[in-house]
Amino acid sequence: MTEELLTSGRMNPNIDPYLNIWHWHIPVYLFLGGLAAGILFFAAYYTITGKEKQMPTTVKWATFIVPAALIIGLIALFLDLKHQMYFWRLYTTVRLESPMSWGAWTLMLITPLSIIWVATYMKEVVPGWQWKWKFLDTAETWIIKNKKGLAWALIVLAVILGIYTGILLSAFNARPLWNVSILGPLFLVSGLSTGAAVIIWMTKNHHERKIMSRIDILLIIIELFLVTHMIMGFLAGSEVKIATAQLFLGGQFTVSFWVFFVILGLVFPLVLETLELRGFKIPVAVPAILILFGGLVFRFIIVEAGQFTRYLY
Amino acid sequence: MRYAMAIDTNKCVGCADCVVACQTENNVPVGYARDWIAEIVAGTYPNVELEIRSERCNHCDNPPCVRACPTGASHVVEGGIVKVTPEECIGCGACIQSCPYDARFSHPDGYVDKCTFCDHRVKKGQDPACVAVCPTKCMYFGDLDDPSSDVSEAMKNRKYKALAPEAGTDPHIFYLM
Repeated sequence: MTEELLTSGRMNPNIDPYLNIWHWHIPVYLFLGGLAAGILFFAAYYTITGKEKQMPTTVKWATFIVPAALIIGLIALFLDLKHQMYFWRLYTTVRLESPMSWGAWTLMLITPLSIIWVATYMKEVVPGWQWKWKFLDTAETWIIKNKKGLAWALIVLAVILGIYTGILLSAFNARPLWNVSILGPLFLVSGLSTGAAVIIWMTKNHHERKIMSRIDILLIIIELFLVTHMIMGFLAGSEVKIATAQLFLGGQFTVSFWVFFVILGLVFPLVLETLELRGFKIPVAVPAILILFGGLVFRFIIVEAGQFTRYLY
Repeated sequence: MRYAMAIDTNKCVGCADCVVACQTENNVPVGYARDWIAEIVAGTYPNVELEIRSERCNHCDNPPCVRACPTGASHVVEGGIVKVTPEECIGCGACIQSCPYDARFSHPDGYVDKCTFCDHRVKKGQDPACVAVCPTKCMYFGDLDDPSSDVSEAMKNRKYKALAPEAGTDPHIFYLM
């Protein structure tokens, strides 16, 4: 048995007795960022493939959530900073080695572009909407003409944003739970799934709902596979990784992870969506809310549990 | 030039004088610490072994905190000392998450703070405050590239280890055993 004591009484706030420097802001932002990336990905994809008419909610209505989600996420990120008046320092440099720098610049690009995307649909969504100035009309016409270019830019940025929410964590070698390369794809797939859930929930078009339900079922199956793979990877890893797996296999996060995320957030909606496609009458909001709830819980668990894991020396 | 520190675990008595000296020298806010004492008890009674270590930032050669920093506030200065520029730090906590030694903390003023190897003293040719006050003289500081420096001399003919080398950080605080 080895016991380690810090006898000098190191009690640095938020560091001891266990690390808890990141609170609710980060998981909330990771959730909203993933959701925004998911919706934008599908909107851009169906615009590029020329299916705007068949997928009106995906391309149009759902995207109105994106700027709101991104702005709320950015506010959460700002609130998390402890030296807030210096936040502009993010934009005086580009640091390719730092995932957070990548994220800051991606958000700087994707937020205004998503607002422009939504603005081109204002006239269709709000009857009688008129731009106040003439140049906005000219700009709108030009953007609508180049919609596919904008969609290409957004689809690339959406994938970067979706993956980055995972890489932000997986780049931290010091936290064994986060330091797995599968976290990037897992967060991307989870973000796409929450985006699809919102579209399924919002759409009134039967054909669109069917397509998005099929996509979502596939995404949930991939997610279940990645989660299993992640836990197997931990169990096959070094001592710190095995200790990490124990957090979910009998440790303090066992119930929240398996019950709230895996069963309620993945398996349940998977079954409900499959039954719905088979013709059973199921309120569409139920699987959608479960997926969104599961996605949020998943990010809270990963951020919180990751800070419990550390090197042993 | 590569600054490093060697600490003799056989001489250290864990008095925490280094901790107090650091807090005084660097005006560390009350309730915070840039260095600390760890006591490691290994084995089962009656076969027990005790190791006492004075720990701090390892001023790594491959510092994950510098890589994680989105603004460049965390940086390496001459001699391999890892420092933070408060006016560039946004307090995002990425460096704190990235440190396997939990050697960083959030200063009450918002920026991230840590051990500086007392570079303001080192520049004047003095030892860091913790080394200077140690009553058992168990700490050695100096240039690892200079074979006649205190730290190089101390590490000659002694077994030593670094903390969590498997983290790939290439730490530069060595513990003589």
